[in-house]
Amino acid sequence: MIRVVLPQHLRKLARVDGEVTLAVEGPVTQRAVLDALEARYPMLGGTIRDRTTQRRRAFVRFFACEEDLSNASPDALLPDAVAAGTEPFLVVGAMAGG
Amino acid sequence: MSRVRVLVGTRKGAFVLESDGTRKRWDVSGPHFGGWEMYHLKGSPADPNRIYASQGTSWFGQLIQRSDDGGRTWEPVGNAFAYDGVPGTHLWYDGTPHPWEFARVWHLEPSRTDPDTVLAGVEDAALFRSTDAGRTWHELPGLRTHASAPSWQPGAGGMCLHTIIVDPADERRMVVAISSAGAFRTDDGGVTWRPINRGLRSEQIPNPTAEVGHCVHRIAMHPTRPQVLFMQKHWDVMRSDDGGASWREVSGNLPSDFGFPIDVHAHEPETVYVVPITSDSEHYPPEGRLRVYRSRSGGTEWEPLTDGLPQANCYVNVLRDAMSVDRLDPCGVYFGTTGGQVYASADAGDRWAPIVRDLPAVLSVEVQTLP
Repeated sequence: MIRVVLPQHLRKLARVDGEVTLAVEGPVTQRAVLDALEARYPMLGGTIRDRTTQRRRAFVRFFACEEDLSNASPDALLPDAVAAGTEPFLVVGAMAGG
Repeated sequence: MSRVRVLVGTRKGAFVLESDGTRKRWDVSGPHFGGWEMYHLKGSPADPNRIYASQGTSWFGQLIQRSDDGGRTWEPVGNAFAYDGVPGTHLWYDGTPHPWEFARVWHLEPSRTDPDTVLAGVEDAALFRSTDAGRTWHELPGLRTHASAPSWQPGAGGMCLHTIIVDPADERRMVVAISSAGAFRTDDGGVTWRPINRGLRSEQIPNPTAEVGHCVHRIAMHPTRPQVLFMQKHWDVMRSDDGGASWREVSGNLPSDFGFPIDVHAHEPETVYVVPITSDSEHYPPEGRLRVYRSRSGGTEWEPLTDGLPQANCYVNVLRDAMSVDRLDPCGVYFGTTGGQVYASADAGDRWAPIVRDLPAVLSVEVQTLP
């Protein structure tokens, strides 16, 4: 199972506490994880990725295993530790004031 | 006894203020959606328990929330606002073509007759409609594809469709306003539109009397007189007696004719309210005195309403969607400020008192008059 940590506002929107665990079929990529996340929690559609372009929203970042994966290809494999469920995939609201 | 529910959208959440018909003691709930910008909340006239809300942030984009119990609980509904077809371009600030990009929902206008039908005015300017209580949204593309649309340019706040007025006698007849394209009218339910800006004069654009390009801040209408429209423009308060076909200035003796909101008394169609602001760059009341101005003659002659409002050192603004009236008798008038105060008058503006005074900056105020 893939572990995903959401920022507080999105946890509240999805009505979840703590981490989310997801089953992902096939290669564990950023796109596959986000597709599975939005399928489980449709209210998150458009909040992490732009609905039209499917690109990461500017003030959302992706981290895992102490790496910034925000600008990695959405189809690149995530680290093995994320695929194995030993490390979470972090969706983070960027430090951008407000 | 009738009750009043005031729906307040702020920069950091929504608040619901409720009172009985005396409008003296208020219950305050919120923040709902704390931390999110709540551009607008509005209840369905057909079912007062049905409320739609526009929620968003720069981080996580646009959401729409719906309540079916008067604002106690909420459900996120559809947030897919896809322009119909290839969206094309409008002009950017530098005059170059810029693709139409959805940014946010500025205004929600529920149908008077069907609680599941609601219109949404969005940035970049377009009009969307849902007929399934907000689950799905479909553009009425005739407006965005108007021949003049490639020449539209955003105002300082973005190219937003912020005003939607529907004729109560015929919902196919609508007026919308876009900053800074101007006002537009449809008589066929949004299939075709025409600019209704004749008589407007804006010295800030190359042709001051152009057919489009005016920064209309707000339009108001009394439901019994859909042909009479009142407009607060970037500068100038205007009036039309022919459904927008022509406008004349009614700024009269206002201390400044710059401002954002404008509204009409619930029972007196010639009684109009504005909140003058010093200038286009000084978005605060003249002399630091917060004054609502009321005209009982449909404009031109205005009287300041000051009782209960700060008359020194007040430098707040009142945004375009942040004034509303109830339907009780006497008519209640409400407005919210960028300083976080929501003021109410239970006597048509003669005396004012704050319901709350320390909210985040207020973006919108809507009132529901409940049985």
